[in-house]
Amino acid sequence: MTDSHPARTPPLLEVAGLTKSFFGVRVLHGIGYSLRAGEALGLVGENGSGKSTTMNILGGVHQPDGGAMLLDSAPYAPAGPGEAIRAGIAFIHQELNLFPNLTIEENLFIDGFPRRSRLIPLIDRAAIRRRTEDLLAQVNLDLKPGTPVARLSQGERQLVEIAKALGRSPKVIIFDEPTTSLTRREVDRLFAIIARLKARGIGIIYISHALEDVMTVCDHVTVLRDGALAGGGRRQDLSVPAIIAMMVGRSIDTVFPPRTVRPRAEEALVVEDLSQPGVAEAISFSIRAGEVLGLAGLMGSGRSELARMIFGLDRFARGRISVAGRPLENPTPITAMEAGIAFLTEDRRSEGLLMGFSVAENMVLTSLPAVAGALGLVDGRKVVDTAVSMARTVHLSTEKVSDTLVKHLSGGNQQKVVIGKWLLRQPAVFILDEPTRGIDVGAKQEVYRIINQLVERGSAVLLISSEIEELIGLSDRILTLCRGELTGGFERSPGPGPGFDREAIMTAATGVAVARTRTGTRDVA
Amino acid sequence: MTAVPPVDVERARARPTGHLRLARLVLSEYFTLVLCALYLAAVYPFVPEMLTAEVAANVLSDMMPLLVVAIGQTFVLVIAGIDLSVTAIISMAAVVGASVMTGTGGYLAGSPLAVPGAILAMLLVGLAIGAINGLSVTRLNMPSFIVTLATRMFFAGAAIWYTTFHSASSSIADLPAGFTAIAEGDVLGVPVTVLIAVAVAVAAHLTLSRSRLGRHIYAVGANPKAARISGVPVARTILITFMISGACAAITSVMYVSRMQTGSPIVGENILLDVIGAVVIGGTSLFGGKGKVLWTVFGVLFLVLLDTSMKLLGASLFAIFIIKGGVILLAAMIDTLRHRLMATR
Repeated sequence: MTDSHPARTPPLLEVAGLTKSFFGVRVLHGIGYSLRAGEALGLVGENGSGKSTTMNILGGVHQPDGGAMLLDSAPYAPAGPGEAIRAGIAFIHQELNLFPNLTIEENLFIDGFPRRSRLIPLIDRAAIRRRTEDLLAQVNLDLKPGTPVARLSQGERQLVEIAKALGRSPKVIIFDEPTTSLTRREVDRLFAIIARLKARGIGIIYISHALEDVMTVCDHVTVLRDGALAGGGRRQDLSVPAIIAMMVGRSIDTVFPPRTVRPRAEEALVVEDLSQPGVAEAISFSIRAGEVLGLAGLMGSGRSELARMIFGLDRFARGRISVAGRPLENPTPITAMEAGIAFLTEDRRSEGLLMGFSVAENMVLTSLPAVAGALGLVDGRKVVDTAVSMARTVHLSTEKVSDTLVKHLSGGNQQKVVIGKWLLRQPAVFILDEPTRGIDVGAKQEVYRIINQLVERGSAVLLISSEIEELIGLSDRILTLCRGELTGGFERSPGPGPGFDREAIMTAATGVAVARTRTGTRDVA
Repeated sequence: MTAVPPVDVERARARPTGHLRLARLVLSEYFTLVLCALYLAAVYPFVPEMLTAEVAANVLSDMMPLLVVAIGQTFVLVIAGIDLSVTAIISMAAVVGASVMTGTGGYLAGSPLAVPGAILAMLLVGLAIGAINGLSVTRLNMPSFIVTLATRMFFAGAAIWYTTFHSASSSIADLPAGFTAIAEGDVLGVPVTVLIAVAVAVAAHLTLSRSRLGRHIYAVGANPKAARISGVPVARTILITFMISGACAAITSVMYVSRMQTGSPIVGENILLDVIGAVVIGGTSLFGGKGKVLWTVFGVLFLVLLDTSMKLLGASLFAIFIIKGGVILLAAMIDTLRHRLMATR
């Protein structure tokens, strides 16, 4: 945790001058970093800055064109992922690599079950159980080794993944965006485990867009931009705004662009007494035209489920919904869209986009009648014109809308395609569920700008986000949801300042007082 | 974050290496047509008759019924389903159609409406069985493989049973001349069956590539969740594709019955492998979301060329099965390879 004797111990991992090109295009220009045993290094940068490539080289997935790596003062050049694992590099990926249909112990030993003896090729169940119990204890997970992984929460699965890594006695553990799908409590538990790993002398590399988390966990931070080092240093010498400035190459004074309009009088969406056993409990609220209503709540609070019910994706037992004064009875996605609702889901890959299809095909999917020509057939030219003009509106990185497949775009640009396809319908109510998840700082700014444009045109926005700063920065009002019930409502207070009482919102959203306060966030907001 | 930004690939594409050129050929629309040409060139020295007008006409007339039912199958494969019941639909439509128009005890025997009535009945049989398939898949959430396997067995049996009520023999004969003329007739030298198949192909092509329904079909095949959230009527789209497949099978039945001049409950019993094989050889993906009518035309052409040449070579039925099986396996492998190439593109 401390830098008491930095000079005495040689670094656990030392990397210098890494270069790498793909198809003749250089993506890494001499990356270097070093990691001491028992320390955590934060690796941050926008999407495309070279973080993944740097880590894939460390993990043996790619081989560098130039540069050198030293692990425990010995040259380290893994030819493949297997070699990297044997050398003591463990990688906890953002998308966990567990088999939900197998038990915890089976997952831990999937790559080599111990046998009873060399002669009898039967699995030694007792040995596996002992070893699994030991590993689970190391990550503070009180679960039976025979529990199927499918029954575990996202946070528990991640701890199982860490236990799996510990089974191989790693020297370095890489965490790639470990907190995106965790509840606040699970995040705290993860950070406690990371502290224990550090105390055992394991080096941690921590990759994340959540800079507050990086500042909490890491001793050093290295910032990448466009495949080169953009800065970094000891945590004490850095601040979140300083890191953001290094990431984007300029200083961002106002993360949240100012809005010039006030909410109008008329109500765009009214939800009354919406109930579904176990999911939502008599939820009533309304959003006015030109208003951003923030919805704060932990994972599992029912915030996504609420959005899905309004959009007609999930059923509800009781309640009324009306859009612009007209009741929306038994909504289905089709009737909800006809009423003027748009819905950006939290999972753009599996719910928002046809990944193997072009930008144009994705964008016009929600508004096919608008691009139909003679005989109701889809007019190819109209499709392209429509998609190009929307690509400009959302500042998409490409205007080759028919040739670019969505899966080739970065996360931020993919999100712009999802937003664009809904903007084409000019929605009266836009439900945005985690619109900035997994996208970089620059793309976040674009999303904020688009939200502002939307409300300026008179749309109502229901904004669901795990990032409380985002809600505070964008919302006119914030509601908190906890276990399917609305637990609080907050109006933006006029004048300068953050406009909301952050602690009060957190308390209402969690139902308990918040133990940990995150540092450096006020400066950004 | 993708390790390879698309820009790099763009640049690499400008100067194709050998590997990339091969990849491009495999991914090309006309890959199967190229294969047809290569195959013709390879077998020509052994069976020069292949290029005579007579054989070409034979190939064409063999192709048409298979093409129509394969086009229907294409729709179902694009939504990531499969329709194994098409041969049973052909049989059921055959005996129902024949029972309506047969001169010996047909429901409309001797009436001027016998032929149109029979054709209408056949289409209704196809649409009805397609609707049963589609509703089972959408309402009961059953996999199309097992649904259509079941309806295939059910209606194959039902067709034979139905025949026993209308004929003393194993099929229903004595069909009106107006119906058998479909197989023999021509308009300005173009066989009627070719006209029907071309009409079906053009309509199917426009539907898949240009209509809203077509956009919906591709979206459902690629990602049903995203399609639903984008306002695509997923269940209705799936139902319609199975009904299209059923209707296409019924049209194929019309062609077969008029050619054989009898309504047999086992007509087309053996063509299931050919139908699915032809669509897959054409390049329509079994994974859903990808497929074109033109590809299916090429796939059917390839399979019929293979069949015809083997028969001309005097190969035994078994040998033909072995070779066809091998070719279809190869096509499925190429489908997988295409998938992998797409992923790296």
